[in-house]
Amino acid sequence: MSAFVNHFTFEFKTGLRNSTSMLMNYLFPLGFYAMMGLVMTQINPGFKDVLIPAMGLVAIMASTLLGLPGPLVESREAGIFRSFKVNGVPAFSILVIPTLTTVFHALIAVIIIALTAAPLFGGLAPASWANFALLTLLSIFTFGAIGSLIGVVSSASRGTVLWSQLIFLPSMLLGGLMMPFDLLPESVRRFAALLPTTHSMQAYLGLAYGQTTQLNPLFSVGILLASGLLALGLAVYLFNWDSHNSARRGHPLMALLILVPYVVGMLVG
Amino acid sequence: MDKPIISVENFRKIYGDFVAVSGISFEVRSGEIFGLLGPNGAGKTSTLECLEGIRRPDGGALQVIGVDPGREPRKLRDLIGVQLQTSSLPANMQVGEAMKFFCAYHGIPPRYELLERLGLQQKMHSQYGQLSMGQQRRLALALAVAHKPPVVFLDEPTAGLDVGSRTELHELMQELKEDGIGIILATHDMAEAEKMTDRIAILLQGEIVASGTPREITATGSGLTKVSVRTEASVLEKNGVGFPGVAQRLLKEAYVNYFSTNPGPTVQAILDYIEFQGDKLIDLRVERPSLEERFLEITTNGGE
Repeated sequence: MSAFVNHFTFEFKTGLRNSTSMLMNYLFPLGFYAMMGLVMTQINPGFKDVLIPAMGLVAIMASTLLGLPGPLVESREAGIFRSFKVNGVPAFSILVIPTLTTVFHALIAVIIIALTAAPLFGGLAPASWANFALLTLLSIFTFGAIGSLIGVVSSASRGTVLWSQLIFLPSMLLGGLMMPFDLLPESVRRFAALLPTTHSMQAYLGLAYGQTTQLNPLFSVGILLASGLLALGLAVYLFNWDSHNSARRGHPLMALLILVPYVVGMLVG
Repeated sequence: MDKPIISVENFRKIYGDFVAVSGISFEVRSGEIFGLLGPNGAGKTSTLECLEGIRRPDGGALQVIGVDPGREPRKLRDLIGVQLQTSSLPANMQVGEAMKFFCAYHGIPPRYELLERLGLQQKMHSQYGQLSMGQQRRLALALAVAHKPPVVFLDEPTAGLDVGSRTELHELMQELKEDGIGIILATHDMAEAEKMTDRIAILLQGEIVASGTPREITATGSGLTKVSVRTEASVLEKNGVGFPGVAQRLLKEAYVNYFSTNPGPTVQAILDYIEFQGDKLIDLRVERPSLEERFLEITTNGGE
């Protein structure tokens, strides 16, 4: 327990000490939130209705997709994992503790957004705070697991950026954060259904805000949970201590299996 | 220095088509410093990494304190201390924090006195990324021995260290040895190996080409002892006389160097000749072949 607490405390502090982590955990998402709150709500007053979940998801994606994978790759490349291994630190801790601390940082950012959006920018509060909290935890879990998986399968920092942006950018544009999902053309909507952000937003709107949604929100919850568990399992399975060790388990392309719940959801839905 | 704590039998390691280690065997006893020497790519690090449980062997039997590192790497963690050739810690991890972090994983209280012993007490709150290479290596050593393991693996521990740090590290190694800890030392530094190790094995292309005590290894070479002489009137330099036992004569700076198979009579004859010629002796040195010379002899002759 002491080792876990020590490791957790260290990783949590890293999220504040490291300038890149600090940027991804707090400065970028909260700065973006302030800008969108000031500008976007003036241009499009309807944006106030989704300000909290949309900006909450930006905070979650920034810390998990943009902030988490890079340090995992850099630690492996720099031989930090090897040092950890020979000193008795288990692989599970190396993978899960940074994910957990990222979850905490993301949670703090979402709480700041949720508590300030209404008084500062007139953001609409959820009808069910309990459902909002549960969906936030689920979204953080799913994105955290995907972020870990990206960190595990990327061979270099450049690859990390590519994989992360492959999810982050379409999510920003098509995931229902900036424009409503039901306004997207049918073909684009099909593609957007492959993004976890779309399912998070649909679940928030349906279950926390009580709105009618294009996708069944409970179905979206199932997809998020399944893909989160799958991503975590794959991250643990594909984890490699050492980039120079040729005897690794599985092929990195196995990571694409996390698309299975989304494809199934797209076909069934 | 009695019972074997490490046993390597017919060990093989292969990377694709490349045979890194080809069926080597050796033993290390407690309280012994065992040196693994060899040029780059000889198989030293592969051997160490398989014994440390970082890589899996492709053949043979490895035992570290009765544990098979390939099959029970977790059981091995509290039994061994490892200073890797290339490793790192998170750049923002503080020195004191690192000690607390790794000791917690070994289930022991932090051993800050070790940091003091290795001259890192002033750096307790410094981040790893701010330390010099020497300080990083000393921290790695402190972390490797903090849980008092019976076996310690040191891969190039003094590379990049200044003279003071090297001496401190050698003293610590000596203390560990006196405490009955077995040490495997992989090094390129022949002077260090000659000074610190009890026995050595020289690896070349994945095979042990020589093993024994440093004295035994050097004795198995050409056996030529170097006798260097300098006199006031340089009679030895001017007159190329032969002396008993001398196989080779070389002039270097103001010295005449004789390589002798029988240094006693050679020295006696040289002194008699200097006296007979009315010259005066300034300096005379007798040096047995060094481990470095023997190592070069072995590695350049492909292990012959």
